[in-house]
Amino acid sequence: MQHYSGFGLVKHGLSHHENWQRMWRNPAPKSEYDIIVVGGGGHGLATAYYLAKVHGITNIAVIEKGWLGGGNTARNTTIVRSNYLWDEAAWLYEHAMKLWEGLSQDLNYNVMFSQRGVMNLGHTLQDMRDIHRRVNANRLNGIDGEVLDVSQIQAIVPHMDCSANRRYPVLGASWQPRAGVARHDAVAWGFARGADSLGVDLLQQTEVTGFRISGGKVLGVETNRGFIGGKTIGVVTAGNSGVLAKMAGFKLPVESHPLQALVSEPLKPILDTVVMSNHVHGYVSQSDKGDLVIGAGIDGYTGYGQRGSYPTIEHTLQAIIELFPIFSRVRMNRQWGGIVDTTADACPIISATPVGGLFFNCGWGTGGFKATPGSGHVFAATLAAGKAHPLAAPFTIDRFVSGKLIDEHGAAGVAH
Amino acid sequence: MSQRNRLGAGGRIDRKRPLRFTFNGVSYQGYAGDTLASALMANGVDVLNRSFKYARPRGLVTAGADEPNAIVQLGASEAGQVPNVRATQQALYEGLVAKSTNGWPNVDRDLMGVIGKLGGQFMPPGFYYKTFMSPASAWPKYEQYIRKAAGLGRSPIENDPDIYDHMNHHCDVLVVGAGPAGLAAALAAGRSGARVIVCDEQEEMGGSLLDSREQIDGKPATEWVAAVLAELAALPDVLVLPRTTANGYHDHNFVTLHQRRTEHLADVAPAADGRRQVRARMHKVRAGRVVLATGTHERPLVYARNDVPGNLVAGAVSTYIRRFGVIPGQRLVLSTSNDHAYRAALDWHDAGREVVAIVDARERPDGDLVAAARSRNIRIITGSAVIEALGKKRVSAAIVGAIDIDGFSVKGSTQELACDTIASSGGYSPVVHLAAHTGRRPVWREDILGFVSGGVPGQIPAGGVAGRWSLADALGDGFESGARAAAEAGLSTRSFTPPTVAPVREGKPVALYQVPHTKPTMRAPKQFVDQQNDVTAAGIELATREGFESIEHVKRYTGLGFGTDQGKLGNINGMAIAARVTGQTIPDTGTTVFRPNYTPITFGAIAGRHCDEFFDPRRYTALQGWHVERGAKFEEVGQWMRPWYFPQGKESMHDAVQRECSAVRERVGILDASTLGKIEIQGKDAREFLNRLYTNAWTKLEPGKCRYGLMCKDDGMVMDDGVTACLAENHFHMTTTTGGAAGVLDWMELWHQTEWPELEVYFNSTTDHWAAMTITGPNARKLLAELTDIDMSNEAFAYMDCREAKVAGVPARIFRISFTGELSFEVNVQANYAMHVWKALFEQGDKHGLTPYGTETMHVLRAEKGFIIIGQETDGSVTPEDLGMQWCVGYKKPYSWIGRRALSRPDTKRSDRKQLVGLKPLDPQLVLQEGAQIVLEKEIRIPMPMVGHVTSSYFSPTLGHGFALALLKGGSQRIGQTVFLPMADGKVHAAEVVSPVFYDPQGARQHV
Ligand SMILES: Cc1cc2nc3c(=O)[nH]c(=O)nc-3n(C[C@H](O)[C@H](O)[C@H](O)COP(=O)(O)OP(=O)(O)OC[C@H]3O[C@@H](n4cnc5c(N)ncnc54)[C@H](O)[C@@H]3O)c2cc1C
Repeated sequence: MQHYSGFGLVKHGLSHHENWQRMWRNPAPKSEYDIIVVGGGGHGLATAYYLAKVHGITNIAVIEKGWLGGGNTARNTTIVRSNYLWDEAAWLYEHAMKLWEGLSQDLNYNVMFSQRGVMNLGHTLQDMRDIHRRVNANRLNGIDGEVLDVSQIQAIVPHMDCSANRRYPVLGASWQPRAGVARHDAVAWGFARGADSLGVDLLQQTEVTGFRISGGKVLGVETNRGFIGGKTIGVVTAGNSGVLAKMAGFKLPVESHPLQALVSEPLKPILDTVVMSNHVHGYVSQSDKGDLVIGAGIDGYTGYGQRGSYPTIEHTLQAIIELFPIFSRVRMNRQWGGIVDTTADACPIISATPVGGLFFNCGWGTGGFKATPGSGHVFAATLAAGKAHPLAAPFTIDRFVSGKLIDEHGAAGVAH
Repeated sequence: MSQRNRLGAGGRIDRKRPLRFTFNGVSYQGYAGDTLASALMANGVDVLNRSFKYARPRGLVTAGADEPNAIVQLGASEAGQVPNVRATQQALYEGLVAKSTNGWPNVDRDLMGVIGKLGGQFMPPGFYYKTFMSPASAWPKYEQYIRKAAGLGRSPIENDPDIYDHMNHHCDVLVVGAGPAGLAAALAAGRSGARVIVCDEQEEMGGSLLDSREQIDGKPATEWVAAVLAELAALPDVLVLPRTTANGYHDHNFVTLHQRRTEHLADVAPAADGRRQVRARMHKVRAGRVVLATGTHERPLVYARNDVPGNLVAGAVSTYIRRFGVIPGQRLVLSTSNDHAYRAALDWHDAGREVVAIVDARERPDGDLVAAARSRNIRIITGSAVIEALGKKRVSAAIVGAIDIDGFSVKGSTQELACDTIASSGGYSPVVHLAAHTGRRPVWREDILGFVSGGVPGQIPAGGVAGRWSLADALGDGFESGARAAAEAGLSTRSFTPPTVAPVREGKPVALYQVPHTKPTMRAPKQFVDQQNDVTAAGIELATREGFESIEHVKRYTGLGFGTDQGKLGNINGMAIAARVTGQTIPDTGTTVFRPNYTPITFGAIAGRHCDEFFDPRRYTALQGWHVERGAKFEEVGQWMRPWYFPQGKESMHDAVQRECSAVRERVGILDASTLGKIEIQGKDAREFLNRLYTNAWTKLEPGKCRYGLMCKDDGMVMDDGVTACLAENHFHMTTTTGGAAGVLDWMELWHQTEWPELEVYFNSTTDHWAAMTITGPNARKLLAELTDIDMSNEAFAYMDCREAKVAGVPARIFRISFTGELSFEVNVQANYAMHVWKALFEQGDKHGLTPYGTETMHVLRAEKGFIIIGQETDGSVTPEDLGMQWCVGYKKPYSWIGRRALSRPDTKRSDRKQLVGLKPLDPQLVLQEGAQIVLEKEIRIPMPMVGHVTSSYFSPTLGHGFALALLKGGSQRIGQTVFLPMADGKVHAAEVVSPVFYDPQGARQHV
């Protein structure tokens, strides 16, 4: 792999950038791989990278129907935090956070992980009880966090209207300084480049159309480029997971909904951190390019069209103006949607399935980007060993039968 | 400086109305009818901005929505700041103040430009992914510099003084774009009697006709425009919306139109007739048919240093000359791949300035416009193109060479032509954005070298956007499309003879996007594709070399099309370059995805009136006035404002709450409980419905009786609770939590409509109809008896009874239920009578010690009794049994109920689940923090197992100590144990686990 550095840039600059190598090959599929990863999003690529790097398994294919990182990885608003309430979730996301903290160096690719902090606002007394509860839990789990009062909030976000004359005045916030944002495309590309250099075949424009299963065990995948053999298969296809489960003959406890986001035109720096509010229902950060990056909740109906309904955009911007009335004159440049795979407890599924050798990593819903390295890391271990990594163990499909949910939904989303 | 580039005559400006404006602190003059761009051009201002990555000087390129460079900051005051205004689309007004968005210390002498010049070579696309990695700790500093350099304009930092609104429309035919095709379509549809909306984003309707050289019916085209507009204005059902952009196209012909209502007048909407005006309006249109008449955008050619100010697209030159009476410079070189662009040279020449040469990429151009140029003795250099522009802050010359398009090379030697303006045209791209927002991919047409609509149901592309480019074709197509749209919408239409237009014969264009240079692309001076993002042909080539072959990858790696123009100017050229270097065709390469907005629109316009007090209107009870008068402090509960406590004088919250609590326990208190959700349930299956909805049984509840009920979600977790009264066999009055009211009604409708439609039952929200007052305390009966007409004795009106009676002469529903543990009555009266009854109670109440109390006191009193609050003791992961409320679960009910199946799952049956307990801090004065986590050991180590958390915590004047409710793992087995609560400040509190019922565990007091 060509090493990247400032020195390299100068060297290549002097030779008119004519000698940069490809970041990854464009190989023809082999007939059989030791492990197949379906889905070339951040999670799939990270899985392949860690399989090769940590477990030394390199006869791997990542099969992607479109272009690498073109699914939700390319569409998300890149918030990375680990201040989850319940132990199981907090440990998994904190595992990811630790990997994020060394990721650019590990991949030799600057994923622009920016620990500018994430603030979750409270607007009601119950919001504040929940915030204290979560921050207390984070602290005892070794995750950074504090509860801010209004003057502390105002010092970090001077341009947010924290006055008492808003409809829902800000009462306080939780604050995770280590949280932040990252450059989503770079994450996919960095993992792709790393995996490729370790020998992983990245097969783009290759769509899985079915599984070949015999005696309850998977033998490989059917694709638009023919059959590709593999006795261990990890499916990491986010919003399309239900479709793939159906191909394998079982039902997944996920619902696929559109989730929308939007960006403003680029502005000079005005917001230095990530501000989220469950109560007024919107969140915003500013990218390195200067765009305000904005999102809210899922669209209510289910579907696979990568766009949502207009009222959701209206509500989202109403919420942003409630927090930042000064942004009323800022313009929305672009809006889009992705399809997110939501579960009943707002936690992922990292699990064996009824089909032998076939594993799924899905259900990350609206919040899986932040888990990308952690998800790939534990899923790689799961595929390599054929059984769940300890951090992945609580996230089985079975929990929806047993009732052993990890209810992040309930913890965050109760109105009273 | 005078308007040195203003022509002596011509244009649609009003020379009698001069307007003053300032740009970068210098005062200039323009005319009414100018855009800011045309006025700046008239004054000879060349450098309008600096590019963000290389800080290169940049000037005007276009005259419209596709402008990449002339992005300015507008605004004379802080609150009136408008970031990122395209000068080409901003009407000039008196006193306009604008600034460049980049450039330090100023656009003319930008110091960053030095860095750009020196460092540009080392900043290929994605350079930041390849560096700034070590040491890791330095990245935040690097990032700070990157952020400072990025961005265009700035957000105001004062609140927007303006308002925005929304309007909904249904129409038969929506016409987007009012050029020849759009106006013809609107006319045809309008004459048929259809309800028509026609919008155009420009200041004036007419589109390309406003700068056309052609005649319609033997008269200037603008006269035809005026006549059509007059006719449309006279038609009753036609709405003409100028300054209105169709910015988003959604499924089923739902189109959002953004109308700029005052932006041409001032930066803050001026008052009209003494009233605030709406700055911008969103028209939300559901259209039967949409005629898309959005025309084309011209593609510039991509040659070296094509970003030096003075390089424009050819059509813009004509627009500035013919529409605004202003000319970009003195000496023009035109570089073109097609006939149509010859207009620029003809207009230039006819304005009396020098056309140095027309450089035509074709070997043998031969159309009518070519002939017109020849007849004016304009020099035409064929088989050639401008391969490079010279000059720093303004074009000084063009380097022209013969080119081999197929071999992508320059043939032979080149020549330098001195000039100050280079106009270029590489063809025309249909504006298909609105045909692609709903997911359809556009399709390539080789004959017109452009993408056209892939076909959207209910949408008819007409004129330029459909590849019909001559004026005659556009008009004919417009009439036909308008008539077809009206007919499809069900109207009978007549056919029209389109007006006559003399045909203009145009020769075949040649496919040329990036112009070859004598040096290979990687070594040639920068050839810009997307000027706003500093994306060059070399950058695209490099991206593909590094493996970014998908056009989406190219876009994301280089930034192509990411700017405020979203690639209107550069995308097709970029795709063509990507196609060339990967050896693919343009259709194989494809486009990136078109998404709303077509042009950016403000958050304010999208939000409309739903801001500030209308964001989520506050709800107040009928007694609000009284509460305010009494100096109540309020708490937000759901959408409601509820009295939180009633301080007397300078009393603290703590003191007020202690006083209110004691008043209830010792005498009598009154709470405004009107916000509780109320749902009237009727129908012969009402009782059965309740059986299925609530966890407990309702079969035996007699009329005149109340019962507390719990509701679970289908996952078995508690979602709401409340008391429901049986008024008659088929008639129930349900109460819900304040915040849960709407959700519970939705929930009931969901189950009724989707699962049990066979049940005959009806629901009606009556939350606002009734005002509810809780009268509670030992003196409650005595007080109420003085005001009612019924027997209030314990025998006649027992605990959990309900009665209809008169209270203070007003009909009331009285429920004898208790949320405080004291003798209580909840009096419900029609909301309009509430104030009368409330005051009457206070008139009688003094002697009984009647004290108003708020939600805080309510919380303390109910917690002393171990009564839960949904959302505080529950969080979506708590079962009835976790709350110790198995008494409220009817496993024996014959028909299943919501949540029953889930409650039988192994995990919900575990005995070590988190259960509701009481906590008594070992320090009696201590009030534990709500949200404190519970651990079993005093020694804190991180990470540490947590076994629960405090849900509610107060100081009780009645008990004389602090107390709390908590959810604790295996809690019911831990009564008597000591647990610990580690706090953020390092302290660790200790508390004893006790029963959650602290007060009157037998419940004697509520039964008296
Ligand atoms: C608008 C939006 C905002 C979001 N914001 C955040 C945020 O701020 N923070 C956060 O943490 N998360 C966020 N998320 C969620 C996050 O994007 C996802 O959870 C995460 O990116 C999922 O990564 P992935 O690799 O699993 O999925 P994806 O990136 O979607 O990758 C799945 C891949 O599978 C491929 N695929 C599907 N079917 C097949 C097939 N049959 N054959 C081959 N390949 C197939 C797809 O093409 C796709 O590339 C957001 C999501 C959206 C939509």
